Amino acid sequence: MRTANILVIGGGLAGQMAALAAAEQNCRVDVLSLVPLRRSHSVCAQGGINAAANPKAQGDGPWVHFEDTIRGGDYLANQGPVKRMCEAAPGIVRLLDRMGAAFHRTPEGFLDFRLFDGSKHRRTAYAGATTGQQILYALDEQVRRYEAAGMIRKFEGWEFLSAALDGNGSCRGAVAVDLASGEVRAFPAGAVVVATGGLGALFGRSTNSLLNTGAAAGALYGQGAIYANGEFIQVHPTAIPGPDKMRLISGSALAEGARIWVPRNGKRWYFLEEKFPAYGNLVARDLAVREIHDVCCRQGLGVGGELKVYLDLTELPKDVLEVKLAGLVQLYRRFMREDPAVVPMKVSPAVHYSMGGLWIDPQQMTSIPGLFAAGECEYQYHGANRLGGNSLLSCLHGGMVAGRSAGAWADGAHGDAGAGLQAEVVRQEAWLGSVASMQGRENPFRLHEELGRAMTEQVTVVRTNAGLDAALEKIQELKERWDDIAVCDPAKGTNQSASFVRQLHHMLELAHVIALGARLREESRGSHYKVDFPERDDRFLKTTLARFTPDGPRIEYGEVDLQFLAPRPRTDEEAGP
Amino acid sequence: MTSPTAEIRLEVRRQDGPGARARWEEFLVPGTPGMNVISCLRWIQANPVDSGGRPTTPVAWDCNCLEEVCGACSMLINGRARQACTALVDELQQPVRLEPLSKFPLVRVLVVDRAVLFEHLKRILGWISIDGLHDVGPGPRVPEKQRRFGYRLSGCMTCGSCVEACPQVSARTRFMGPAALAQAVYFNLSPLGRIDAEERLEAVMGEGGISQCANAQNCDNACPRGVPLTTAIARLNRATSWHLVREWLAR
Repeated sequence: MRTANILVIGGGLAGQMAALAAAEQNCRVDVLSLVPLRRSHSVCAQGGINAAANPKAQGDGPWVHFEDTIRGGDYLANQGPVKRMCEAAPGIVRLLDRMGAAFHRTPEGFLDFRLFDGSKHRRTAYAGATTGQQILYALDEQVRRYEAAGMIRKFEGWEFLSAALDGNGSCRGAVAVDLASGEVRAFPAGAVVVATGGLGALFGRSTNSLLNTGAAAGALYGQGAIYANGEFIQVHPTAIPGPDKMRLISGSALAEGARIWVPRNGKRWYFLEEKFPAYGNLVARDLAVREIHDVCCRQGLGVGGELKVYLDLTELPKDVLEVKLAGLVQLYRRFMREDPAVVPMKVSPAVHYSMGGLWIDPQQMTSIPGLFAAGECEYQYHGANRLGGNSLLSCLHGGMVAGRSAGAWADGAHGDAGAGLQAEVVRQEAWLGSVASMQGRENPFRLHEELGRAMTEQVTVVRTNAGLDAALEKIQELKERWDDIAVCDPAKGTNQSASFVRQLHHMLELAHVIALGARLREESRGSHYKVDFPERDDRFLKTTLARFTPDGPRIEYGEVDLQFLAPRPRTDEEAGP
Repeated sequence: MTSPTAEIRLEVRRQDGPGARARWEEFLVPGTPGMNVISCLRWIQANPVDSGGRPTTPVAWDCNCLEEVCGACSMLINGRARQACTALVDELQQPVRLEPLSKFPLVRVLVVDRAVLFEHLKRILGWISIDGLHDVGPGPRVPEKQRRFGYRLSGCMTCGSCVEACPQVSARTRFMGPAALAQAVYFNLSPLGRIDAEERLEAVMGEGGISQCANAQNCDNACPRGVPLTTAIARLNRATSWHLVREWLAR
């Protein structure tokens, strides 16, 4: 066994794949996670995973998948890494198949593939409408196998606090807190992989799990890691609005033939099919959402006068509802107490995914040497808008690349980092102590509500410079009010309030990055749509790079890798991709 | 049934640590349509005041996805183990009584330590022994009909509801409970998982294994995801019996 040890932060698909890839190279691996690995947010993914591996999908192949991904992302994704991901996809799905993921099959027992939004090809492997759960478990089981063999150690219920940097600014481990006891300790490592997922909580209610606060990425940004393309936030067209969260109804419903409509003049108006004849209801998500927004908000045709449309499954065969859409149909029945087989579902758009994230190079290394990132917390694979079915893929592919890169890096990481680690522990203990003793007047949960409202109103589907200015002002105000928070729970262990106050600090930093990036990008591209600048402007065909300063983010722009496919305007014919 | 906007009366069994004294605390939460138990707890978190107007500390509890797929938010709600996210308040009798699961070590208030559930998955070799991450081609063909049964078993989110409901699970019996047994069946069904089938059968025939099941069948009703637990246990019973016969013949 090698002496190199790798620390993985985050136990979702990307983190687990990174852990497996590193362990397979005989590294010793520690995995740190807020929750037991099996409860990570990847478990919520419904629709499926893309791989151009379907013999029945005539004309499809990794190159077509690549083109769909690049066009769907409005050319903002780096083409080299995306091409490698699309080429790796069939092998990844075969790997999951060997791990035992319960993918849907053809009657004779081969993998089955479905259509998904943003594509014309049947390219998405799936397990009912709980694909994320099935794939996460398959990986979790492999990690458990390594754990039983003593090659991976799990630290579940630990929260990442900061990276430990040496005198050269390289990452030599991390500092984390055991949530149950409040103990802070250092985890020395030859290389660190962060795979901490998305940041839906910035928008209040989203389709994300509650732990998706972006806090870890925000903390690293505060430590100097560059954050890229933050302004690109995907709003999913269809979710069940609830008082506590927006529950996703994935594109798999549309893929299986569900139709979106609103009542108009006493008739059903299938407005997506009318506007996008080539893709119909499977048009790329950003275009679908803007159309829904326009029909509901500008034309006033939303169901019940709200931002709501009908998602109609009533004409689908029973077998499709109960098998191919298993999970999704039950979810709706449970929470809405109506049967989608009989009554059309009522759905709203909801914040779903961050295309932006920590900047990484093609080996998945962030701007901090020795610190790697994979999964939704990095920016590499989706450009300005993510294609349905590509998130599970980017997690697994990115995790594999990151795990292997981290292993190779750790081999070269020598010398003692002990003093730096201890200094970081002292710094973090002081920060925890100062948060725990906050006795101001503000309520952190109400501040969070205000943040979510401002972000949802001004920084989602339709943006304007005036609205973004208002959001930036609000974020500044909330940052100041954060200093005056009261933490009403004095406990050292399992103190969820103190933990949330810390996370909120990092959330405000990331909100600032997102809103400022949107303010400065004077064009419309992918999910970023600005009324004042409704056209794509290729002078902005640039990666947004945000660096932390105490006075707010400093934004610069970097080149995009366009080596294979020259930008073309998006037309309806290729509205999806 | 109550009107969705009425005030909700909530009683929480509070014990702030393993050794601490337990007491009941009552809260009044303004109701909103579609509200679940989690929304009530989050309201209390933002407004930590009991029904008598006395300031208190927020209730600690576990939750994450709020879609009944992560398995985090198990607790006793009006005496029954279930997920708090799908516990819609207007379907519950009031006062709504919340308690931590009783068969796991308490951490704080409603948070318990369910690590033992994952240890059981280790015991039953809950994995497929693949050779590595490299692309050596597809997995074996599986008829769709067989996959469907496997898919129902693999929907288990390790929430612990079945373990809580099972009268056989106690410190004395050390019974691993229905979930882990069903997972053993799941892996033994899979064409590649079968490689370790005999070791898995040996594991469930050991201490705290299938012999502790007394067929109370509470687990099927307790499972929020409809995992066919008793069907799986019956299959496992047959498989272990055959395994014994084979062992005996081979002597």
